[in-house]
Amino acid sequence: MFDNIGQMVLLFWRTLGALPLAWRQRQKVFEQFFEIGNASLLMVCMLSFFIGGVLSLQTGPALVERGLPSAVGGIVGLAVARELAPVMMAILIAGRIGSAMAAEIGSMRVYQEIDALRTMNINPIHYLVLPRLVAIALALPMLVVLAILIGWFGGATVAEINHHMAIPFAVFFGDLRSMVELKDVANGVFKTFCFAIIIGTVSCHQGMATIGGPRGIGRSVTKAVVNSIILIVMFDYILTRLLLH
Amino acid sequence: MNSPAQKPDGVKLEVRGLRKSFASQEVLQGLDFTVQPGEIFVIMGPSGSGKSVLLKHLIGLEAPDAGEILVNGESIMTPEIAAKYRMALVFQSGALLNSLTVGENVGLYLTEHRLKPPAEIERIVREKLADVRLSEAIHKMPGELSGGMKKRAAIARALVIEPQLILYDEPTSELDPLSSVVIGQEIWNLNQNTRVTSLVVTHDRDLAFGVADRIAVMDGGQILTIGTPEAVKAFPDARVQTFLNADFKREPRFKNI
Ligand SMILES: Nc1ncnc2c1ncn2[C@@H]1O[C@H](COP(=O)(O)OP(=O)(O)OP(=O)(O)O)[C@@H](O)[C@H]1O
Ligand SMILES: [Mg+2]
Repeated sequence: MFDNIGQMVLLFWRTLGALPLAWRQRQKVFEQFFEIGNASLLMVCMLSFFIGGVLSLQTGPALVERGLPSAVGGIVGLAVARELAPVMMAILIAGRIGSAMAAEIGSMRVYQEIDALRTMNINPIHYLVLPRLVAIALALPMLVVLAILIGWFGGATVAEINHHMAIPFAVFFGDLRSMVELKDVANGVFKTFCFAIIIGTVSCHQGMATIGGPRGIGRSVTKAVVNSIILIVMFDYILTRLLLH
Repeated sequence: MNSPAQKPDGVKLEVRGLRKSFASQEVLQGLDFTVQPGEIFVIMGPSGSGKSVLLKHLIGLEAPDAGEILVNGESIMTPEIAAKYRMALVFQSGALLNSLTVGENVGLYLTEHRLKPPAEIERIVREKLADVRLSEAIHKMPGELSGGMKKRAAIARALVIEPQLILYDEPTSELDPLSSVVIGQEIWNLNQNTRVTSLVVTHDRDLAFGVADRIAVMDGGQILTIGTPEAVKAFPDARVQTFLNADFKREPRFKNI
């Protein structure tokens, strides 16, 4: 995996250089953007509701037992905004969208469609990579904002209906508001933006580097997802450490 | 060869000492030939002799290990050259973009480079599709086409570029005899009308001897002979003659059918 890092950085760098062309390719950016939304909106909602819920369930009763019911909202709020929503959604999107990107570009590579583009003087980075990278860098942070809100809602719901806690909605959100600052949400969203770039770059690079037939495409898809997830978890630590102060 | 009234648009193509290896296999073993502006040059040779690899070098998709390729005397390895001369390759498989309709594929070059307004592009696309008898397929996806239709769509896509050098990789494989004749006619017409330098790679002996100004026979990464169709037919090398005259009825086990 790490022998490819240089190539990935190069691909990212070239795409960045082509960024002024994004407006010209806006049609394709929108197409990709809506495809990402369509493919993942429902999953994001369900997943984040249950993530908030289970977090509430795991921490709530213990805190209430120790006489700290007012900490539940804050803990769930912070954990979801800073850590769980960004990382879980990025992993979900790596599986759902990164795999699709690698498969699509990989099959274009294998069936010589990318060669055909190059013979027409169409740069595959401008035509294929740029729209996908811009679209995912826009879509994933938006999805995560939504995921944070739904995650909080899930946490609050469980805190209210679970009889070990029975913390009313308004109290939960009051505690949450006193602990969670806008900065925390912003940190989470910024991390997500970085994860989106990782997913887009890794997946497009794997697609472009596909060799062999259908098996090669399968290999690329697997690698795209696995490498994305590894890098997401590593960068999560690095970014969290950097953003701490 | 050129009538003086027509402006010769085609480019001159020179290949000098071209070598290429993949892993340990030397696929191109030092090729030398020159294609004159406006000529139809046919390369024949058995499967695996390196014809498609050669075409990929000519269009700049592969870089040679040794040797050079010159277009009008300029090496194609210099980056500006691709923009300076219009060159097109019709892929053996067609290589249409599967996510676009046939019409979008054919117009892709013009749309992406914004060379014409949309209505004009639409008109050109219809015209070129009509040239290859594919008008009814304009809104179909490539997945819905037969192999031969894909090939014809790919030719239409190449015509849109209005190339000065056009490379055809097996233009008539997968085509029925009638369509083959149509494609052969189209290659000939295009060459006559625009003086485009045409390089045709094919196994199809009828096509080769029908359209060629000159023929090269290739085997095992080498050129065995180059000459006019008559000269090649008369060339006394055994490999050339076996290839040109291969006929399944002569094989013993077909004798009694
Ligand atoms: N990318 C590649 N990597 C490794 N080997 C390759 C590659 N491309 C082609 N080859 C090898 O080069 C040789 C020539 O291939 P090529 O496709 O040029 O044959 P061809 O003359 O076009 O045959 P056909 O008439 O069947 O299309 C083959 O032995 C093939 O295995
Ligand atoms: Mg071939």
